[in-house]
Amino acid sequence: MSYLLNPQVIIDQIINGLTIGGIYALIALGYTLVYGILFMINFAHGEIFMFGSFGGFAALTYFVNSGFSDTHPGLSIVAAFLAAMVVSAILGALLERIAYRPLRNAPRLAPLISAIGASIFLQNVMMLIIKARMQVYPDIIQEEFLEFGWFSISYFQLFIISGSVLLMVGLYLFIQKTKTGKAMRAVAEDRDAASLMGIDVNRIILITFVIGSALAAAAGVMVGIYYTQIDHMMGFIPGIKAFTAAVLGGIGNVPGAMLGGYFLGLAEAFGVLFMPAEYKDVIAFGLLVLVLIFRPSGILGEVVSERA
Amino acid sequence: MTILLQTKGLSKRFGGLTALNNIDLALESCVILGLIGPNGAGKTTLFNCLTGVYPIDGGDIIFGNRSIRGLKSHVTTSLGIARTFQNIRLFGNMTALENILVGQHCRMKAGVWGAIAMNRSTLKEEKKAFGKADELLNFVGLNDQGDTLAKNLPYGDQRRLEIARALAVKPRLLLLDEPTAGMNPRETAELTGFIEQIRTELELSILLIEHDMRVVMGISDRVTVLDYGVKIAEGSPEEVRKNPKVIEAYLGRLGTMMGKRAVTA
Repeated sequence: MSYLLNPQVIIDQIINGLTIGGIYALIALGYTLVYGILFMINFAHGEIFMFGSFGGFAALTYFVNSGFSDTHPGLSIVAAFLAAMVVSAILGALLERIAYRPLRNAPRLAPLISAIGASIFLQNVMMLIIKARMQVYPDIIQEEFLEFGWFSISYFQLFIISGSVLLMVGLYLFIQKTKTGKAMRAVAEDRDAASLMGIDVNRIILITFVIGSALAAAAGVMVGIYYTQIDHMMGFIPGIKAFTAAVLGGIGNVPGAMLGGYFLGLAEAFGVLFMPAEYKDVIAFGLLVLVLIFRPSGILGEVVSERA
Repeated sequence: MTILLQTKGLSKRFGGLTALNNIDLALESCVILGLIGPNGAGKTTLFNCLTGVYPIDGGDIIFGNRSIRGLKSHVTTSLGIARTFQNIRLFGNMTALENILVGQHCRMKAGVWGAIAMNRSTLKEEKKAFGKADELLNFVGLNDQGDTLAKNLPYGDQRRLEIARALAVKPRLLLLDEPTAGMNPRETAELTGFIEQIRTELELSILLIEHDMRVVMGISDRVTVLDYGVKIAEGSPEEVRKNPKVIEAYLGRLGTMMGKRAVTA
């Protein structure tokens, strides 16, 4: 196993880990934001991610066919991201309004089951739209490598790593600094008191879903660009893994979800050095089991409070 | 004087239990109305009905010149009813300053798009909000505690911060639910003076639930007494203190028979 001591391999795996970790983190944020406010796991979040990926796919395909992407490659990518985010944001808002809000005061199991139902429904809707086969993402970014002496990084990876960091920093500032962000934190801490301070709680919950969904959409487009193939079931495994990342970091904790995402990405990247790549998922879910046994409150240890 | 808040035959039932039965109240502007009654009399329930936490089962609530029956909490708040809680409900993991900024939420216009665009009007509004929050911190005497997390403040300061947060709403009516609960006599005296000051300086009406009779009798212009969800007495502090029904409610029939003075100031 001498290759383990090779710094080039280590750095390559760090880059791989940060790339996939950034994607996990973006999805994980959606779980954690919703959990922070509603104490419920939105198991349809993976499908929101999948719809976002297809939204970006539709936009990019259109740009490629119309020749727009040949003249303005950068602009088409930005527009594809925005299109994906709009698609997912609308879907997230609808989901909250139709599947979760009527169950706001129901026992905790009810919205969970509703979420699983919504997840299966959305998978099948997409299957009806695109038929059950792989779609190939149009490639706009050239698969080229930047060489830095003893390691190299692809444009894809650089783009995904910096894009995810940018979005997360933006989210963090939004939550900490803006009026709406403060309202979100207030609702997460005490919904009734927030309402009595003049905050429209339903609106804030809706905004939370919209933000979480838009982040998942960005991750969806990144996955499309990175792996080049998407299908209607693509949301399931990343969804569950991002959930793992959120639990790893401490569900309900925003920096925790970011940390958990990167941790999981790196763990997978380094795990494949020791075992066959097919066991990648075993690492993720093995970690989930270990965390749930030994530190159920996650790395950043949000105190789990059961509220009446 | 104009009437700011009026309830007409307000009723609230929880299943078979009538928590509030036909309550008529009237509160003029710039008046402190004390609301007293034994435990379980329905005082906090009344607050919850006024602020839209509970839907009411009968009667009507008039605030200003409109009915606020059935309105949601955040709407009644933006109309100008702010409150504090019997057991403090600050946002513990936010700083004192942020708590006050949250209180200003419904008085600010900028939305999500403004926050993303960071345009000039949003930034100007933010700046103004911070200035106002600082002012309020000074007003309640927490000048140098702005960056402390609310949960780390001493108890008395938390009570003051809760009032500051309610004042940030720019209310016309302030509902205080046992503001001196758990305070020592010195803190209580300070807070009593502070409530007087709020009324005179900010010219708002205050509805005050309080168990400390010295506080209630000392600063209320009028006092209303509830018992088992029914209004049993109303009047000046002096009248209420001597009312046999009130003495009975607090001490039982025996107290009246023995001629004890139940509610001493």
